[in-house]
Amino acid sequence: MLDADFFRRWMTAAAAAVDREAERLTALDSPIGDADHGSNLQRGFAAVVAALEKEAPATPGAVLQLAGRQLISTVGGASGPLYGTLLRRTGKTLGTDAAEVGEERLREALRAGVAAVATLGGAAPGDKTMLDALVPAVDALGESFAAAADAAERGAEATTPLRARKGRASYLGERSVGHRDPGATSAALLVAALAEAADV
Amino acid sequence: MRMLINVPETVVADALRGMAAAHPELIVDVENRVIVRRDAPVDGKVALVSGGGSGHEPLHGCFVGPGMLSAACPGEVFTSPVPDQMVRAAAAVDSGAGVLFVVKNYTGDVLNFDMAVELAEDEGIQVAKVLVDDDVAVSDSLYTAGRRGTGATLFVEKIAGAAAEEGRPLEQVESLARKVNDNSRSFGVALDACTTPAKGSPTFDLPAGELELGVGIHGEPGRERRAMMTSREIADFSVDAVLEDMNPRNPVLVLVNGMGATPLLELYGFNAEVQRRLAERGVPVARVLVGNYVTSLDMAGASVTLCQVDEELLRLYDAPVRTPGLRWGG
Repeated sequence: MLDADFFRRWMTAAAAAVDREAERLTALDSPIGDADHGSNLQRGFAAVVAALEKEAPATPGAVLQLAGRQLISTVGGASGPLYGTLLRRTGKTLGTDAAEVGEERLREALRAGVAAVATLGGAAPGDKTMLDALVPAVDALGESFAAAADAAERGAEATTPLRARKGRASYLGERSVGHRDPGATSAALLVAALAEAADV
Repeated sequence: MRMLINVPETVVADALRGMAAAHPELIVDVENRVIVRRDAPVDGKVALVSGGGSGHEPLHGCFVGPGMLSAACPGEVFTSPVPDQMVRAAAAVDSGAGVLFVVKNYTGDVLNFDMAVELAEDEGIQVAKVLVDDDVAVSDSLYTAGRRGTGATLFVEKIAGAAAEEGRPLEQVESLARKVNDNSRSFGVALDACTTPAKGSPTFDLPAGELELGVGIHGEPGRERRAMMTSREIADFSVDAVLEDMNPRNPVLVLVNGMGATPLLELYGFNAEVQRRLAERGVPVARVLVGNYVTSLDMAGASVTLCQVDEELLRLYDAPVRTPGLRWGG
């Protein structure tokens, strides 16, 4: 079973990963975006970690809802509402009562979170967005956390030949081809952080 | 690239502190990142709130004041502000007559403003929203995020701001704003990329002797790259690109806009070529505005915006405005 501590570890690992990879995310965002994805997520996840320390939410659902609200309130851009919605909807689906949740329940909640992201952004897999990492990750979560992390990484890698249809990269049309999507890359980091939290 | 900054993390806050010191007629909330007309809320009048990433100055913060915006929400550089800022701004300026959000059509701005609309309505504020999407370089298809909001934002904010100042109700201010956007088209070129403080190096690599056609205002590369052209050739290309998408029968407002690093000397020379091309194409011109208004940090280049106006829109455009970035009449 997964408790609030597990979800706090997930968010802390995500913040560390974003810190570690900030320059890479910004570099990926440079040819097909506006060169700020790394710094924006750094600011957001730093706020998440600070809020979790201060408010110490007691249940998995409460941790994710607080994290999502922090991202919406601090990141801005498209990634703030999208990642914020992912965590908030996942947290809402888990509810705030259960002190522990099973892996199957988490998988269903994440599926709902990813669906909310797709609705909000109006995107589908293949559009060269974070969904290209998140959708295969949720599918693979039935197997293991590590498998989900692998699937997310492969999904992010597979965005390179795609033509962007959503977000700022879509303005480039064919010229977005040949660049790995920064949003899919950060989404893969988030899933890798989940696997890291499980690997304790 | 050397920048006149302390550290990248404080660029926006530093600029806001400087704005506060320069403009006592504005309330600049540095911590919450909201710029408000000091006399807001103005009794019985609709309020206009806009916002977007920083780096486009004078847009939007320097367009706050009588006759234009009631408040602006600056985000991080090239990053949409967050819903909390927009709700705070709306609450500060709403007189009870309602608030119009002016939103440039970028995924981030749209998502954050949509969330803010819901939150503001929860607080009992009547909110309408108008999207600005005037950039013809992006085909308005299912396969992109849609046309970008660029130079027309100035016309929308000026004309809707004048309508609000006249005491027009929210639905009229909203429909005028929408009409200005529908009547406007823009096209931009870059002669050099810009440098964001976070990255510290140019956002794209433009070899000497080449230019980017169809750029936006976020340092993103444009639609295509060509060998460097003369001012005359760029004017022909830009005006023709805009006129491919509109067929003005009424006179137009013309904005010849600098992207940040192109000197006024060049912009005025470019304007001469733009006016020549408009005359050749038989487009009547009502007013011309030349300067750096909707910028992209230190990008070199320019954009051309045309806005077709009837008598009412022209009268509202000519109405007095008193803001740090735009000021005439009255």
